[in-house]
Amino acid sequence: MAPTKKMGIKQKYAHLTRGLDWETTYEKMDDVFPYDKFEGIKITDWSKWEDPFRLTMDSYWKFQAEKERKLYAVIDAFAQNNGQTNISDARYVNVLKLFLTGISPEEYQAHRGFAFTGRHLRGVGPRVACQQQSLDELRHFQTQCHTISHFNKFFNGLSEFRTMHDRVFYLSVPKSFFDDARTAGPFEFMIAIGFAFEYVLTNLLFVPFMSGAAYNGDMSTVTFGFSAQSDESRHMTLGIEVIKFLLEQHPDNLPIVQEWVDKWFWRGFRLLGLVSMMMDYMLPKKVMSWKEAWEIYFVEAGGSLFKDLERYGLKMPKYHEQATEACEHISHQLYGLLYQLSHVTGLHAWMPDDEHMDWLSEKYPNTFDKYYRPRFELWKQQEAEGKRFYYNGLLQLCHTCQLPMTFTEPDDPTTTCFRESEYEGQHYHFCSDGCKDIFDREPEKYISSWLPIQQIFQGNCGGPTIPDVLAYYMFGPNDGGEYVGSEDNKLWESWKNATTKEAAE
Amino acid sequence: MPVKAIVDNYKDFNPNRDLPEQYHGNLMVYLYWNKHMSFVAAMAAPLPPPTPFGALPEVAKSVYGTHPDFEKIDWSKVEWTLDGNPITPDFAKSIGEQGVRHKSLIRFTTPGLDGFEGKYV
Ligand SMILES: [Fe+2]
Ligand SMILES: [Fe+2]
Ligand SMILES: [Zn+2]
Repeated sequence: MAPTKKMGIKQKYAHLTRGLDWETTYEKMDDVFPYDKFEGIKITDWSKWEDPFRLTMDSYWKFQAEKERKLYAVIDAFAQNNGQTNISDARYVNVLKLFLTGISPEEYQAHRGFAFTGRHLRGVGPRVACQQQSLDELRHFQTQCHTISHFNKFFNGLSEFRTMHDRVFYLSVPKSFFDDARTAGPFEFMIAIGFAFEYVLTNLLFVPFMSGAAYNGDMSTVTFGFSAQSDESRHMTLGIEVIKFLLEQHPDNLPIVQEWVDKWFWRGFRLLGLVSMMMDYMLPKKVMSWKEAWEIYFVEAGGSLFKDLERYGLKMPKYHEQATEACEHISHQLYGLLYQLSHVTGLHAWMPDDEHMDWLSEKYPNTFDKYYRPRFELWKQQEAEGKRFYYNGLLQLCHTCQLPMTFTEPDDPTTTCFRESEYEGQHYHFCSDGCKDIFDREPEKYISSWLPIQQIFQGNCGGPTIPDVLAYYMFGPNDGGEYVGSEDNKLWESWKNATTKEAAE
Repeated sequence: MPVKAIVDNYKDFNPNRDLPEQYHGNLMVYLYWNKHMSFVAAMAAPLPPPTPFGALPEVAKSVYGTHPDFEKIDWSKVEWTLDGNPITPDFAKSIGEQGVRHKSLIRFTTPGLDGFEGKYV
């Protein structure tokens, strides 16, 4: 027998994928792939799918395994050297708490979503790409848990992240985002997560968190970031490929895709509000302001992306001007939310110091001193009187994004934005035109949203009192509230005192 | 526009999780104090329809009572709106009788009290 010739990468890829798209004979193709037509997307030729990576499965495994080895070596070294004592300040750990409870479970949701999509698209190119992304996302979830688990040995608020994700009021913001995407059809899922999230918005999520980790001395999280980076560039490529493919396949796809882009841009923007508060308020050492990040990653990069997509007839997402205008406000509004509700969260909050407030004035010259500094001044005065300000009750949520109704009118930061719809004789409330439009397009879907405050009143969250609900959320007694005087704060002080003593001896 | 679904009986799988009958006889009522932006959002309270409108100041106090303006409120001068329409409530009559329904938004303005240092805070 003649020795088999070694195949080139291209050939290998052809073998890896093209052989998988056989026409079924015992069963109808539509029965085997029941999900890829009902959304109204028309595909005339699946073979037009271009995968610029052409990553074969064996090189995928090799490459990922190599990255794992490096990552776990760093995590081990971080633990052995007590890396937790070298971070900038224990306040930083709240960033990890937000990440582990709010983002990591969504990595898992992304894994589930891409596994489903990979099964149900009949084109073989996207099927393989989705399956690889599905594995990546599972790996992200796992490595994030392992990276952050070291901090769980010392700090509160991390241990029950899985239960918290499913129950806690502010975590329903990311959860409902992914629930919405995963209960859509496979093409909408691809536009939602692959395009809007991974392509348009991902830099606004990962750059702040990973540079934040670097600036604040958390080398293990930085290494996780590096380990995920090459995956992310593959995910971005898949996201851009899917949109071009759909728009090239059939002109009827354009209006459908445009609606999805509009919807998922706005949902993504609302979700990223949590990142804005993290960047402007929770990082002891700042990377850049949220507004600056938005300018770079959305206004500039997103702007040129949509310029490029113009030739397909695709327009900038609806309400993008409102989003850009709102970037002067959302971080301040959302940190105000955390400050006054921290006692019912798994996070600590604190009063920004003078230096921090001056930084905010400098970064937000149009808005901070005028609208937001006065709030902090009132709260500071209340702190000084021993009456630290907390919001002592339950509040109104937006029915779409599930954030508290805290955002203001696009042209008036002193008036809360209330929008409302009527459906089958009931009222529904929204924080913005964007959220109202999303509901109005598919009210049948959103009437079944699991809104955390509604569920408390209906008696589905452990009981009627706040302690009942906090127990249901699985918060420990020291997980939330004011940072100053917390267990985390005391532990940090004890470490710092030990180092100064050592240095003195 | 109806949802595009893979099944015809989508609604059977997707129950409404926010109907008045799910609230054990209460109305979920939203109460919002205009020009006091330091409070993150309108408060939500479960109130039975027979609750007298005059009980609302006490309900509001549970959240808004921490603001220095709150004790200065002259409730006889307060201006009210219910679901966007101005109303002159009768404090002795119930909220149910005066048109408050599930998830109604009641907003109140306190003339002369514009937040901390008059800055809408
Ligand atoms: Fe990921
Ligand atoms: Fe990703
Ligand atoms: Zn909203």
